Amino acid sequence: MSDTQSPLYRFWREFRENKLAVLALVVVVIMIVLAVFAPYIVPQNPYDLETLSLLDARRGPGFIGSGGYVHYLGTDPQGRDLLSAIFYGLRISIMIGLAAGCIALVLGTAVGIFAAYAGGRTETFLMRVVDLQLSFPAILLALVLVALLGQGKFQLISALVAAQYAYFARTAYGAAKGERKKDYVEAALATPLSGFQVAYRHLLPNCMPPLIVVATVQIASAISLEATLSFLGLGLPVTEPSLGMLISNGFPYMMSGRYWISVYPGVALIILIVAINIVGDQIRDQFNPRLRK
Amino acid sequence: MLGFVIQRLLQAFVVMAAMSVIVFVGVYAIGNPVEIIIPPEATDEIRAEVIRKLGLDLPLWQQYFIFVTNLVQGDFGRSYIYNVPVLELIAGRLPATLELVLISIISATVFGVTLGIYAGYRPNSIISKAIMAISVLGFSVPSFWVGLILILTFAVNMGVLPAGGRGEVVNFLGVQWSFLTIDGLSHILLPALNLAFFKLAMMIRLARAGTREIMLTDTIKFARAAGISEGRILRRHLMKLISVPIITVFGLELGSTLAFAVVTETIFSWPGIGKLIIDSITVLDRPVMVAYLILTALLFVLINLTVDLVFALIDPRIRAGAA
Amino acid sequence: MSKVLDVQNLQTHFHTRDGVVKAVEGVSFSLEKGEILGLVGESGSGKSVTGFSLLGLVDAPGKIVGGKIELNGEDLVGLSERKLRAKRGKDIAMIFQDPIATLNPLLTIRTQMQLALEAHARMSKKDIEARCIEVLTKVGIPDPAARLDNYPHEFSGGMRQRVAIAITLLHGPGVIVADEPTTALDVSIQAQILSEMKRLAEETGTAMIWISHDLATVSSLASRLLVMYAGRVVEEGPTAEVLRDPRHPYTQGLIDSLPAMAAPGEPLEQISGTTPSLLSLPEGCPFAPRCSYATDTCSSAPTVQEAPGRAWRCHHPLNLKEAV
Repeated sequence: MSDTQSPLYRFWREFRENKLAVLALVVVVIMIVLAVFAPYIVPQNPYDLETLSLLDARRGPGFIGSGGYVHYLGTDPQGRDLLSAIFYGLRISIMIGLAAGCIALVLGTAVGIFAAYAGGRTETFLMRVVDLQLSFPAILLALVLVALLGQGKFQLISALVAAQYAYFARTAYGAAKGERKKDYVEAALATPLSGFQVAYRHLLPNCMPPLIVVATVQIASAISLEATLSFLGLGLPVTEPSLGMLISNGFPYMMSGRYWISVYPGVALIILIVAINIVGDQIRDQFNPRLRK
Repeated sequence: MLGFVIQRLLQAFVVMAAMSVIVFVGVYAIGNPVEIIIPPEATDEIRAEVIRKLGLDLPLWQQYFIFVTNLVQGDFGRSYIYNVPVLELIAGRLPATLELVLISIISATVFGVTLGIYAGYRPNSIISKAIMAISVLGFSVPSFWVGLILILTFAVNMGVLPAGGRGEVVNFLGVQWSFLTIDGLSHILLPALNLAFFKLAMMIRLARAGTREIMLTDTIKFARAAGISEGRILRRHLMKLISVPIITVFGLELGSTLAFAVVTETIFSWPGIGKLIIDSITVLDRPVMVAYLILTALLFVLINLTVDLVFALIDPRIRAGAA
Repeated sequence: MSKVLDVQNLQTHFHTRDGVVKAVEGVSFSLEKGEILGLVGESGSGKSVTGFSLLGLVDAPGKIVGGKIELNGEDLVGLSERKLRAKRGKDIAMIFQDPIATLNPLLTIRTQMQLALEAHARMSKKDIEARCIEVLTKVGIPDPAARLDNYPHEFSGGMRQRVAIAITLLHGPGVIVADEPTTALDVSIQAQILSEMKRLAEETGTAMIWISHDLATVSSLASRLLVMYAGRVVEEGPTAEVLRDPRHPYTQGLIDSLPAMAAPGEPLEQISGTTPSLLSLPEGCPFAPRCSYATDTCSSAPTVQEAPGRAWRCHHPLNLKEAV
C-alpha cells in the first residue's frame, strides 16, 4: 500500500507526526499571508509620513490616537501604529530573507556543483575560497559589506548573499562530489549528454535534500542577520522601518518602562524565526537516514 | 608532523596575503575618507595638505605597498577620529573583549557539552526535550534580542544587575580586568550570558548529534558487549570520540564569538573592540576598520592553525597521516 | 555433555511506526561446551538480532517479548540491566563484523583491553598487562608486548579483528557470539582466523555461535547448523547431514548457490525472488512464494518436524525417503 504513495505524500505523512513542526509550519504560512496582505489589513501605512503625528508618539497599547482607531500594540517614537509597522516590518523581513536565501541558494549551488564537476585546480581554488569564507562569521562579513556598500535593500541583500552563499556551495559540493563518483554519473558522462545536462539532470536532484535543509536554516538566519544589522543602525533606511529597526528605535525608551516599542516587534521577529527553524529541524531529521528507524 | 606544520603555516601566510588585498581594496578603494576627516569649512590648502599627509594622493598600488609595509611593521596608522595610534587604541580595548569572550565561550562549552550529551544519550526524556527547546531558542533568537530581554528583566524590572559598562576594574599584569572584582563581575554577567546563549545552543546541538551518532556505532556496542558500565562508556569512549568535533567547533566558535561580541558590546556599552568597530564603521574611521579586520583575520588563521595541531595531537590517525 | 546455553522459543520484536516487525520469532537451540554452532541466513533473516538478543543488547525499538535464554542454567530474559552487564563479556561475549568500526580509533589497544578487564575484575597494572599479552598471544598477534600501546589504525584488518577477538577472550567466557567476524576480511585471512577460532574453541572449551550469510565459511567451522529464514529457524542439524540431505527447500537453495556446487563454466544456481519484508509476510510458510515445491498446503504455517538430531519446518521436506 504505502509503496504506491508518492514520496512527497510519504514525507508529509512523517512530517505531520511532529505536532510542533506542523504548528510551526502553520505559523510560518500565517505570517507570510499577513505580510503579503499587510496593506489591506492594517489601519495605517507606516511609510506614509503624512499620516504620522508626533502627538501619537510612544503611546501605550490600547491608546486611541488622532486617527480615531485603537493602537492595540501602542505607537513608536515617530507616532507610527506599532501593529501596522510590525506587519510591514514582517513584509520586509520575509522579503529580504527569501530573496537573500534564494539568490544565495542558486549562486552557492552553482559554485558547488561547478567545482565538483570541473575538478582539478578550479575545484581546489573555488572550495578554498568557500572554506576560507566559512571560517569567517557571516555576521562580520555582512557587517563589513553593508558598511562598505552603504544602506538600501539591494546593498543589504547583496551583503547577505555574499555572506551566505558559501554554506550552499559547501553543501552542494559535498553532495555532488559524492554523486560524481558514482557509476551512473560516469555512465551519463559517457553518453553524448553535455556536461551541463549531466549536472542538471543527475547531480542537482541528488543535492536537493541537503540544500533544502540548508535553505530553511539560511532564510531564518538571513532574517535574523537583517534584523541585527538594522538594530546596529546599518540596515535599511529609516523611512522603511524593518523589525530590527523598530526594536532599535524602542531601545532607548525601554529604560523608562516603554517596553512595547521594542518588545512587540521583537516577539513577531522571534516567532517567525523560531517557527522557520522548527520546520527546518524536522525536515533535517527526516532527511537524515542515520536517524531513521 | 613537521611537514604538516610547514604546510599549514604556508597556507596561513597565503590567506593573510589575500586578506590584506581584500581589506585594502574594500576599505580604501570604496568611499572617500576626506569628506569625513576634514571639516566642510576647511580651505582647499588644508584639504590638499591633509590628503598629502595621509598619502591619499598616491596611486592605489603605492598606497597598498605602503599599507602592507606598515602592517608588517605593526604600524596600523592613526585613528582619524581619536588621533592615537590604532594599535594602541585596540590594545586598550582588547582586554575587555577578551575576558567577555573567554568567559562566555568556556561556560557555553562546559554547560553545552554536558547538556548535549545528556540530550543525545536519552533523546526521549522530558529533560532532553527541554534542553532541545532551549537550544532551538538559543539558535533562533537573535543575539541582540536576548540582550534586550536580559536588560529589561534584570536591569529595568528587577533592578538587580547593571545594564552597561565594565564596572570596577583592577590592574593585573599591567592590564585592566573586570572579572577580578565583585562589581566588575556583576557588570560582566549579563553580557556574558548574552554572548554565551547562542554558543550554548550550538554546543548542545553538536554534542547531542555527536552523542546520538556515536552511541549507535559498533564501538559502543562492542564496549557494551564487553560488559563495560554505561558510565565508563560515556566517560572513556564517548567523551574521547566526541572531543574531536567539539574542539574543532570550539576553535571556530572562538572566532565567531568575537564577531558576535560586536552586537553584545553595543547593547551593553561594553568598551571592547566590538563596540569600537561599530563606532568606527558608522564614522568611517578606516585605519581602525582595517586594523580590526586584519587582526581578526590573523586571529582566525591562528585559531585554525591551533585547531589543526590540537586535532593532530588527539587523533592518532591524522598524526600518522600527516607524518 | 553439559549445556552452556539453552534458548527456548525466543521472540524479539521491533515496534515501529509501520507495525510490529517480528525479527526473531520462536527460535530455539542449545549449545554445549566447546561446540561451534553455525547460524546461517540471508540479511534480514533475524540471525544478527538473535545474536544481540542473547546479550540483551537489542537496540530500541526492539525488545525480547518472549522465550528463555538459559546461560549456565540461569535465564537471562527479564534480568535487570545491572545483572546482565555482569554477564556480558564475562560469561557471554560478542565479536562484530567490522573491526574498524568496533575498536575505538582514539584509544590504544592497552586502554581498550584495560577497560574491558576492569568491567569485571579489579587488577593491578602488572596483572592487566600480563593478561593482555596472554590473550593477544593466544590469538596470534606477534610481539604483543610491543603492540599494546599501538592504536587500531596501526594494525592490518585481520590483526585488528584478532585484537577484537582477544578482547572478548579476556575473561574466558563460556559462549562467544560471532556476528560475521570474517566477512570484511580477505579470503586468505578469513581462513587463518577460522582455523584459529576452531583451535581456540577446542583448547578453551568456549562454545561459539557463528553467524554468517556464507554457508561455505560456516560449514568449515561449525559442527551443527541452524538455518534461519524470515525470523524463524527453518532447518537444524549436524553440518555434514544438512549439507548432504537438506530437508528444507531454502537450505537446498543455499547449497545449490555455493560456487563449489556448480560445474566450471556453468552459471551458479540461485534462489529466485528476494527476502520478504518482515512487515508483510505471506500467510503460512514465508518461503512459499520463492519455493518451487510450494503447494496449496503451504498457505498454512508448517510445524516443526523432527528426526534424531535434526528438525525442519516444511510441508514438503526433501530427501526424506532416501534418508529414511
